[in-house]
Amino acid sequence: MTIQSVLVANRGEIAVRIIRAAKALGIRTVQVYSAADGDMLAVRLADEAINIGSPAPKKSYLNIEAVIDAAKAAGVDAVHPGYGFLSENGDFADAVVAAGMIFIGPSGDAIRLLGDKVAARSVAASAGVPTVPGSDGRVDTLEAARAVVEKTGFPMMIKAAAGGGGRGIRIVQTLADLEQQFPQASAEAAAAFGDGGLYLEKVITRARHVEVQILGDGENVVHCFERECSLQRRRQKVWEEAPAFLLPADIREKLCASAVALARAVKYRGAGTVEYLYDEDAGAFYFIEVNTRIQVEHPVTEMITGIDLVQEMFRVAGGAALSIRQEDVRVSGHAIECRINAEDPARGFMPAPGRIGTLEIPEGEGVRFDTMLYEGYTVPPFYDSLLGKLIVHADTREACLDRLKTALEGLKVEGLATTIPLHLALVDDDNVRRGDYHTRFLETWLETHFALPVTRKVEVA
Amino acid sequence: MTKLEIRSPLPGTFYRASSPETPPFKADGTAVATGDVIGLIEVMKTFQEIASDVSGANIRYLVDNEEPVMAGQVIAEVEQ
Repeated sequence: MTIQSVLVANRGEIAVRIIRAAKALGIRTVQVYSAADGDMLAVRLADEAINIGSPAPKKSYLNIEAVIDAAKAAGVDAVHPGYGFLSENGDFADAVVAAGMIFIGPSGDAIRLLGDKVAARSVAASAGVPTVPGSDGRVDTLEAARAVVEKTGFPMMIKAAAGGGGRGIRIVQTLADLEQQFPQASAEAAAAFGDGGLYLEKVITRARHVEVQILGDGENVVHCFERECSLQRRRQKVWEEAPAFLLPADIREKLCASAVALARAVKYRGAGTVEYLYDEDAGAFYFIEVNTRIQVEHPVTEMITGIDLVQEMFRVAGGAALSIRQEDVRVSGHAIECRINAEDPARGFMPAPGRIGTLEIPEGEGVRFDTMLYEGYTVPPFYDSLLGKLIVHADTREACLDRLKTALEGLKVEGLATTIPLHLALVDDDNVRRGDYHTRFLETWLETHFALPVTRKVEVA
Repeated sequence: MTKLEIRSPLPGTFYRASSPETPPFKADGTAVATGDVIGLIEVMKTFQEIASDVSGANIRYLVDNEEPVMAGQVIAEVEQ
């Protein structure tokens, strides 16, 4: 291992996860933190910690200069960006390398290429990966947009080329809609993102979100099978599973092979995820985007394959070839992850920062809790509301759901509101049990069903 | 003349305007009616509107734009 020391350029549960992986490999850890995070668990666990600025992310975790200065001062060999913050910032990756250190992830060029949705779509298409029917790249004029729609039909999404995270998207149903919305969408995109570029994608009405975990060393690429992440709220995943249990075997094979082809085409290095929409009715899958980082939901893949993805990131970043051959990657059983957030599902998911009281964490076979929590810790209001991830693994999906229910009942986070009641309601839901849902299922379900389980939960408590 | 306080219901980061390009919800020295939005609190990456629960004249902000606030902290004062 060429990496002897690492700076963790992140916070929360992923910082803890990275520190644990580094320690297992004998790597010295240096944790950066903001003025609001001096008492976070990652600071306590790291060998060294450096304050890089005030609570606002742009003045600390998003401040490239402050992070690079800390890495230089600490004399580390490498920087791990985690997810969010600077993890998909090509300029940050370049700055780390320019400062003489290893960026644990793909090159700045690969991040920029795959981060540009229009460019990534072109790369996917040229690697033979099916893309959602729509425009070939940017659409500059209304006439060109009309021509696209004549081929693909409605409903159609107008998307901002520079958008992301669900921002800058409009859905149009008719030609009149398109004519009215297209110029407005361009003006809005220009105002919001400094780039008025648009592209068009057909709306898949009952889509499932399926994504493939890949690992590359710059030459070789393997996939670690797929995850099913269709339970989403406001385009944020709340519950993830592996494998995607309803995917036919032949589709799974093509899906995973296409992700590998795409990653090979860009000589991908590190852990990444190729995201797809799967149209169950048509039995077809379409590329959406690549995430050039470790993802929140990586543990479900670890649970079914036995591969430590974060340790593998360290190895390939250090220059080693992949230690895993494709034929060695095998799926065992089923895994589900629930994101536990500091939000009150009974009050419209109102954020709930605050001090952690009694904390009881379930243990036992097939149960894992990745978290930043400890008793007495105060969850600050300045960052994401993710407190931890409860992951369970069992031989079958049904056994996994049963184990999940027991684990959720054994998880007590007192002192603030959490999304545990939401997951308890989901685990008992018939549609969820059957796996009968799609990417828009949860939002509707919350409107019509959530009040009952929450009320029942409160009465029982 | 009495001074009335407007307190933050949540901890987070305080904003006086809905974006850097728009004018503040209330300029210093102007009048405020009950229910008027006087700022935003960013808490866990969501934005919550802060509405005044009092009415009065001559609002004076005690928290700068983009400053952290605690729940219960006085954000502004108005005269009545």
